[in-house]
Amino acid sequence: MTFFLEQLIIGLSSGGIYAIMALALVMIYKSTGHVNLAQGEMAVFSTFIAWTLVQMDVPIWPAILLTVAVSFVGAIVLERVVVRPFAKADDLVVVAVFVGLFLSIHSLAGAIWNYEVKPFPSAFSDGSISLMDDLSIRAHTLGSLLTTGAVLTAVWFFFRYTRLGLALRAAADNHESSRLVGINVSVMLALGWGLAAGIGAVAGVMIAPVTFLDPGMGLAPLIFALAGALLGGITSPFGAALGGLIVGVLEAMVSAYVPYGIEFRELIALMLILSVLLVRPAGLFGEIVTRRV
Amino acid sequence: MLKSTTALVLGLTLASGAMAATYDKGASDDEIKFGTIVPLSGPASAYGSTGTCIAAYFDMVNDKGGINGRKVSVSVQDDGYNPAKMLEQARRLVEREGVLFIAGNIGTPTNSAIHRYMNQRKVPHLFLTTGASKWDDPENYPWTMPYIPSYAAEGRIYAKYIKENMPDAKIGILYQNDDFGRDYMDAFIDQLGDESMVVSAVSYDTSAATVDSQMSTLKESGADVFFNVASPKFAAQAIRRAGEIGWDATQFLVSVSNAKSAVLEPAGLDHSTGIISTQYLKEPTNPAYAEDADVQAWQAFKAEYFPKASDGNWWDWSCYSTAYTIEHVLAQAGDELTRENLMKVASNLEGFEAPMLLPGITVNTAADDFAPIEAMSLMKFDGDNWALFGDVIAVD
Repeated sequence: MTFFLEQLIIGLSSGGIYAIMALALVMIYKSTGHVNLAQGEMAVFSTFIAWTLVQMDVPIWPAILLTVAVSFVGAIVLERVVVRPFAKADDLVVVAVFVGLFLSIHSLAGAIWNYEVKPFPSAFSDGSISLMDDLSIRAHTLGSLLTTGAVLTAVWFFFRYTRLGLALRAAADNHESSRLVGINVSVMLALGWGLAAGIGAVAGVMIAPVTFLDPGMGLAPLIFALAGALLGGITSPFGAALGGLIVGVLEAMVSAYVPYGIEFRELIALMLILSVLLVRPAGLFGEIVTRRV
Repeated sequence: MLKSTTALVLGLTLASGAMAATYDKGASDDEIKFGTIVPLSGPASAYGSTGTCIAAYFDMVNDKGGINGRKVSVSVQDDGYNPAKMLEQARRLVEREGVLFIAGNIGTPTNSAIHRYMNQRKVPHLFLTTGASKWDDPENYPWTMPYIPSYAAEGRIYAKYIKENMPDAKIGILYQNDDFGRDYMDAFIDQLGDESMVVSAVSYDTSAATVDSQMSTLKESGADVFFNVASPKFAAQAIRRAGEIGWDATQFLVSVSNAKSAVLEPAGLDHSTGIISTQYLKEPTNPAYAEDADVQAWQAFKAEYFPKASDGNWWDWSCYSTAYTIEHVLAQAGDELTRENLMKVASNLEGFEAPMLLPGITVNTAADDFAPIEAMSLMKFDGDNWALFGDVIAVD
């Protein structure tokens, strides 16, 4: 039983990471209609900024807030300068731009901060909380799960109940019609990028204390976050976050209980997800996006 | 007609030249030219200083009059740790610059990319800084030889120690699921001779976020010895996790990941205390070697020729040892500076005392043994520094 609970906690711990990252993906998808493949690298870059601030003796919480703000502005600039010129281009071209961004941001982070693994302080406490004999949970895991919940609530509330959220969704859905009803699509796209990067920065500072910080840190979480987002439905913040948690727990359970599961855990987890998507292509909680042609 | 005559004459000249001459391309009466390819840019650029180091070493040799009256010129090229680029640079050195040989390259994936090329071209590919066991294969690749101890040799050393000192050990292994991990593990299990001593061996993929669940599985298996065959980031995660879940096994950590700043500090020095690893070099920062002749010579070299060197980077002193050995081989080859003779000299080193190697460790090669260094000393982390213990352990 203890072993099972321990695996569950491990799964929730990585699932929580995937969940926040999935929320960043949902954010950008809902406001621009694209999946930003460079989201993970942007999050890592933000985390390095936070790390630099911490090295300069800025306390962790102000450092995180400052990083979120810097990431928000930085992503808006990035969207303006790099992504906007391709706004009318084919989807494949946009994917190529994202791959390019991915590689450039990765190399830039490596060039500035080098590739050595760096410890990153937890925003919560470094200790762990004992649940019962032989079973404890890192304070950080608990904290990052709560953070995921808070970010999820905020994102959901934003899209569901604010005019701005509605305008963002509209802009992503149909540029022309949105413009006709008076939505400034250009501002909305920039805002979408900014908010996604802000969430990504939160994801980064939650991941780094667990995996350590290095330029390669963003890739694994991004892949599994994407899987989680697709599983839960990339149009639904709640679905995507839940999807992220499911992927994390599935991964841990498969490696603990399936023979040779450790070797094949990624494969098995991704296959299960594929099977779900065969039945429900929009994901468990996603809406099918219909477009008038 | 004219063409074939020219070819015939040229052929005859070459043939007669080959009989009388003692030089291959890249060597002459007054110069020996060789190349080294290292990552000066890209993710592994930290290791690029070895190129600077080898070039600087031969600046020093040239200032002292060169080797047998010849100046040595070193062409340092950048591969960005990219196998395709490595091949491009090797071709450039061999075909355009016409070097006598290539030596001191860094990295397993990159050197793999030119393994065949160098052997097809029959150009010596010497003293590589990479631990893969595949370099020691004189039968199939008679032109390639590594320098540093192989992962396999290191794995055998741990196994030998465990067998002698902890015969009842129940061993749990965490390994990276690629050649690097398997090289260590296969040799380790082979040397143990008794597979039942390994109660659990779990792998991880470099794409994984953490190795937390592997660590629970290992603890659950009841192992009391932990062999940590992971690259730095995952090794640090594993050490920290073992501490967190209270698994108090005796830990053995591969030398690839035994850097204090990159692994032990992130993992937590308290979790790292008591870990056992290996060493074959004298660390210049170790006060025990402050008066050591090798270390003093390295310090002098560093001060005058290689000011960029860092005391904390093992490759910045290991390269000194490599360069010294290259110099020795060139000096021994005398006036017969052919590629074949270089391999002959390089594969006939017996008890050669290269600098910076720990006392009791020497360079030994033979026609059927292309593994120059196969002895290491164990060391234990005392919470602040690594301390050597026991005798040098040799394997073959």
